Amino acid sequence: MNRLPKLIFELSREGKVGVGLNEADVPAGPAVDEGLLRGPVADFPQVSEVEVVRHYMALAALNYSVDKGFYPLGSCTMKYNPKVNEKLAAADELQAHPYTPHDLVQGNLEIMARLEDWLKELTGMAGFTLAPAAGAHGEFTGMLMVRRCLQEKGDARKVVLIPDSAHGTNPASAHFAGYEVREIASSARGTIGAAELRPHLTPDVAALMMTNPNTLGIFESDIVAVAEALHANGSLLYMDGANLNALLGAVRPGDLGVDVMHINLHKTFATPHGGGGPGSGPVGVAARLLPYLPVPRVRRAGDRCEVVYDDPRSIGRVKNFYGQFLVMVRALAYLMALGREHVGRVAEDAVLNANYVRKKLEGLLDLPYPAPTLHEAVFSDAGLPVKTLDIAKRLLDYGFHPFTIYFPLIVHGAMMIEPTESESKETLDDFIAVMEAILREAKEDPERLRQAPTSTPVRRLDETLAARKPVLRWRKGEGR
Amino acid sequence: MRYLPLTHAEREEMKRAIGIADVRELFTCIPGGSCFPPLDRLPRALSEPELTAAFREFGRRNAFAGHLSFLGAGATAHFIPEVVSYLSAKGEFVTPYTPYQPEVSQGSLQAIFEYQTMMAMLTGLDVANASLYDGATAAAEAALLSVRRSGRPRVLLAGALHPEYAAVVRTYVQNLPIELDVVAVDAGSGRVDAADLEAKLDERVAAVLFQSPNFLGVVEDGGTIAAAAHGRKAYAVQVVAEAMSLAYLRSPGEAGVDMAVGEAQSFGLPLGFGGPYLGFMAVREEFLRQMPGRLVGQTQDLDGKRGYVLTLSTREQHIKREKATSNICSNEAWCALRAGMYLAAMGRDGLARAARACHLNAAYFAAGASRLKGVRVVYARNFYNEVLIETRQGSAAELAAALKGKGILAGVPLSWFDPAQKNRLLLAFSELHDRAAIDRLLAAMGERA
Repeated sequence: MNRLPKLIFELSREGKVGVGLNEADVPAGPAVDEGLLRGPVADFPQVSEVEVVRHYMALAALNYSVDKGFYPLGSCTMKYNPKVNEKLAAADELQAHPYTPHDLVQGNLEIMARLEDWLKELTGMAGFTLAPAAGAHGEFTGMLMVRRCLQEKGDARKVVLIPDSAHGTNPASAHFAGYEVREIASSARGTIGAAELRPHLTPDVAALMMTNPNTLGIFESDIVAVAEALHANGSLLYMDGANLNALLGAVRPGDLGVDVMHINLHKTFATPHGGGGPGSGPVGVAARLLPYLPVPRVRRAGDRCEVVYDDPRSIGRVKNFYGQFLVMVRALAYLMALGREHVGRVAEDAVLNANYVRKKLEGLLDLPYPAPTLHEAVFSDAGLPVKTLDIAKRLLDYGFHPFTIYFPLIVHGAMMIEPTESESKETLDDFIAVMEAILREAKEDPERLRQAPTSTPVRRLDETLAARKPVLRWRKGEGR
Repeated sequence: MRYLPLTHAEREEMKRAIGIADVRELFTCIPGGSCFPPLDRLPRALSEPELTAAFREFGRRNAFAGHLSFLGAGATAHFIPEVVSYLSAKGEFVTPYTPYQPEVSQGSLQAIFEYQTMMAMLTGLDVANASLYDGATAAAEAALLSVRRSGRPRVLLAGALHPEYAAVVRTYVQNLPIELDVVAVDAGSGRVDAADLEAKLDERVAAVLFQSPNFLGVVEDGGTIAAAAHGRKAYAVQVVAEAMSLAYLRSPGEAGVDMAVGEAQSFGLPLGFGGPYLGFMAVREEFLRQMPGRLVGQTQDLDGKRGYVLTLSTREQHIKREKATSNICSNEAWCALRAGMYLAAMGRDGLARAARACHLNAAYFAAGASRLKGVRVVYARNFYNEVLIETRQGSAAELAAALKGKGILAGVPLSWFDPAQKNRLLLAFSELHDRAAIDRLLAAMGERA
């Protein structure tokens, strides 16, 4: 019988302490009006140090993670997170206060400048901001720059075009930048070519947001023609770089006519996902958009670095302080470890691994878009006696994290598999063998898949109940 | 290469299985001529010892270590119990993705559910979300939420809102049909000017965003502001840039405000040169379905066992796309989990003790500084852990520079944000300071002034 850990509040007992802290040793009394103070926080946990440790160790044991095993979550690039990077990011010498005078933090500013250099070189973009906190934040920042650029030319325009295969953050980011979203249907090949674009390319189009390679894993091979058509229309090309892992060292988006792109340090550059964040979403721009980059910006001045806080043409500030600095530290360390010798290998191995898995599974599963794919392959549950969800849940019983399911939306019952370059051939062969076994089970004993998982700490959870009667916090006396 | 496990022989075998002779054949979908550019301008690969040495060198170029610091203004060094560093570094917490498969993510989900609960308790509000990026973007999201919920277009920002938060709010709304206006600060009290607030509150105002303790260090009377806002059917949003204050001061909920948003870096996160930190948002129940960001909810599994899932996701971008309540996807999950660990370890009484010490140390400094000839304590009462002083001669930046020469980072000169504020310096105190440290600061200030 596997018992789940109690909540920390259920472990609490009056009078327990988990930390040894001195009382303040100053004589002065408080200087706040009585009515502005609070008493002890009601029902707040009181647990001993050892109970805190055991509680979180018990929780840790319930989690699947990249450190534990294969995590082929498509579009998420769950690659290995090097351990040395964690140590480097935790170093005391880097933990400066963000308002420390610049002469005392030249090392930290140099880290940021160095990362920008790497990103420019790898993407071919003219400049970067490191400020955005995550991919979606980068998209928003990028679209603000698009808007400011067009505004300076006299017309911000109204519409942003977004393919139907795009991640949901794209339309949401465009919306918050003040644009109306017009969806474009992908071609039968799964891409957006000049032919798909043309009917939508009206004078009010500000930009196209294109994920490349797209969420089907297919490279948008018409991108150069698409960029030319957009530019001829006075529109810009935004590239969502969520899938940059497929291109790292292989092709520079800046060479293809991209005007703005964001990248995800927590995907392509091996910084850990932390169960959903923190991320970091630097945005690169072509030369003509440089003036609009957000502030603050780190700038080299001889062998020193300085920080620019004001620039009248900038879109302004998108985040407190400098951004997710300790994520930048990990990303730079990753790149310095790869060096010019291995950085191109990342894309090669990621694409090789994905194509190997695709080849081995394409006889077993429906592949709705048969075009060549790069870093991931998207299958569907067409023709199977069970649903994608059932296969995903059964994978949990075999000790694997499932792939991304039901995305992109243009594939019914999508299974989006991205192995990344971190996986050995043994792991891939093992995964393929498990998929074969599951697909056999699907034919012989489909009910078994519908009941899966049975070996996890909990079985399928009632998500409808969670949404219908939301319980979003513990309250004393409300029990379980 | 140590991060790439495929051997040459395996690559060959895999290529044969796929039916290609060269991996680069897989890239022929990319327009010709642009593939595999030369990378020789990039530096060579470093071994692990070389990498460690290179970062030690970056560290050596930083020269802040050993300084006695009173820097705050949105980020403050606090004591972090070792268990927090130990537990939060576990790969099981660091290396999972967003818990989309709840059956194998109960650890992250339960930890976030506990975090949400503790933030709701601290803010005195009904529900807290699973995190936002930081205090500044949380303030911006609160402005958007207020407008969405009320259908009114105008948001008032208190004049003593952190200038970087105000700047981010401006950036966020710049292309939306939202107007911003600033409510004056009463010079005498350092608080929201009640008459100006009253004058600017009309039926077009969705919310007033006020920071407390505010950017001048002063604790606002949230109850009065909330009452004024509610009188015009507007919302009151309290911004909290120093989360530690929540354990010492009357909670936003108790004061009657509708939402509390802010920065929870103080709950166990290292200074990290400004990030990653932890934006939080807590609201009254009525805002729940308009709220941005992820939420963890309790439910049960097929056997009736208690468990947790991400919930109410129909608010979010992956379902609603351009109609979502926010574009946020990745958040600060690990920071929230770490804050939960911190709050659990500190516990009710440890947190209260640390929160009180921050204030007492600030009060001790304020009392000492008021006896110095060269400076004036601008607001001698109703501050929390930050004290604003004014130099009588020379600028605050000059005072800070002189103290830096003595190994003291005395505070943040307000001239960094507003050149007109030449003489003002904001100093922050925490439980890490003690009487000896503050005496040293006072002595150095006395010598200088």
